[in-house]
Amino acid sequence: MKTAPYLLSLPALLLFAAVVIVPLGMTVALSFHDWGQYKGIVPVFILKNWREVFSDSYYGEMFWRTFRIALLVTLLSAVFGAPEAYILNRMRSPWRGLFLLVILGPLLISVVARTLGWALLFGGKSGLINAVLLSLGLISAPLPFMFTETGIVVALTHVLMPYMVLAVWAALQRLDPQVENAAITLGAGPFTVLRRIVLPQAMPGILSGAVIVFALAASAFATPAIIGGRRLKVASTLAYDEFLNTLNWPLGAAVAVLLLVALVLIVFGANRWVERRYAQVFG
Amino acid sequence: MAFLELENLTKRFGQQTAVDGLWLGVDKGEFVSLLGPSGCGKTTTLQMIAGFVEPTSGAIRLEERDLLAVKPAQRGLGVVFQSYALFPHMTVVQNVSFGLEMQGVAGAERAKRVGETLELVGLGSFTERFPRQLSGGQQQRVALARALVIRPRILLLDEPLSNLDAKLREEMQIELRQIQRTVGTTTILVTHDQAEAMALSDRIVVMNKGRAEQIGPPYEAYERPATPFVASFLGKTNLVKGIAVRPERISFAASGLAGTVRTRIFQGNHWLYQVETSDGLVTVIRQNTGEPMPVEGAVVHLSWMAG
Repeated sequence: MKTAPYLLSLPALLLFAAVVIVPLGMTVALSFHDWGQYKGIVPVFILKNWREVFSDSYYGEMFWRTFRIALLVTLLSAVFGAPEAYILNRMRSPWRGLFLLVILGPLLISVVARTLGWALLFGGKSGLINAVLLSLGLISAPLPFMFTETGIVVALTHVLMPYMVLAVWAALQRLDPQVENAAITLGAGPFTVLRRIVLPQAMPGILSGAVIVFALAASAFATPAIIGGRRLKVASTLAYDEFLNTLNWPLGAAVAVLLLVALVLIVFGANRWVERRYAQVFG
Repeated sequence: MAFLELENLTKRFGQQTAVDGLWLGVDKGEFVSLLGPSGCGKTTTLQMIAGFVEPTSGAIRLEERDLLAVKPAQRGLGVVFQSYALFPHMTVVQNVSFGLEMQGVAGAERAKRVGETLELVGLGSFTERFPRQLSGGQQQRVALARALVIRPRILLLDEPLSNLDAKLREEMQIELRQIQRTVGTTTILVTHDQAEAMALSDRIVVMNKGRAEQIGPPYEAYERPATPFVASFLGKTNLVKGIAVRPERISFAASGLAGTVRTRIFQGNHWLYQVETSDGLVTVIRQNTGEPMPVEGAVVHLSWMAG
């Protein structure tokens, strides 16, 4: 066995271990430690935190909400992002660049600034859109947005849509434009071409986009923290609160590790499924 | 009135004229090739017939009906694309049955016709594979079967053999000709390969800069080229003492135009010579009969029959 490649990759491996593996291992270890209001963290091996996370329905509800939001965000991104990518792909030179910039726009703005923008538009009676709609008499009470799941879903979809658009666009660029013409000469109408020819070929792109969007939505912190606040917690804001407010680090570690494990399982499972499903067709 | 009529067909892209007043009548069952260098307008002509490009002016009539008034999806033409354009997410059978599904042909009838067509193109045993699991030649056959299964009024072939290697291309030419004879579909082939056009067609249309320079049977176009362009595009031609002579019509003789052999290339079944004469370089092609041939630097005399 040659040792040179291993030796050469050693520095990178050490750095990776130092900044990822070790802290992760410490977090896992931390989740098995004890904690008390007055005694602080006690480095023993107990299952107390894990038992609490799995038995208390408060945590179950929190995780269920996290994945429900992530799933809705993924669905919305696919429903709006895939057609957006298709239209973008058919656009010509100056427009394509312009609209690509519009789509990527949200990524160029700090997540905090962008989310505060949503809060300015919809926050209570004084939010711009609510104020306008109220004064026009179109609504009798401000549209609920802050501290609602709908608000989190809308704002997260806004942020994460570009990832879906880019993934689908990449898939569409591999598509031979003559394939659509071939379907047309065989008698297919525009809708049939979209449904039977374009969509199935865009599917691997939609699915890989969905994996990215789902993972980012489930682990998002800033958006749910600003819009959901302390009233509507998700897994990541819960872990944050345990660490920095309650100071119950071991419990926060258990929540964080559980979120990580669940995400890894879901993402890997989805990836495996996509690869197996489309290996024969696209390779 | 011919089966398919192109009347003064013209297409301009901005300042560029791609097809310039093309007149062509194609009879039912005929195999016609549009032959020319790239940019001569042959592909644009095909795309106008298929309906992907709208003519600037002129008319296309199929069985005396205005074809331009019919949507591309309703024209009932079979097209084989240069890239084959197979549906990558469908198996061979699904690819071929797609057109029949669109026509609303019922399941049993559909399966029967798909099976027959796949047999016709020699793909009976690859039915459940996806396109990327097939070789180039097999993909080509699937594309042909997909176009033929709908029993098209016209079969349009856009450089269908250009992605195959030389040997396979020759095999497919023979097979394509046989299949076309069997089904009797009126066929229009677009190609830049003069050998392919001559091998397959009843008539060829030699195109240059958007115009048809000559329309006629391959033998006639080769033997009696209407313009210098046709003469130089269909095979090689020498201009010796002001007359055009095909290289294979020139032989080495005891007397005649004197010259020196500059290069001699062996090509298996024939020898290719460049002979320097007082009238410039002359290309000579001689069959390889096993006889000893003049070497480079040798002084030779060239003779040919006028005509």
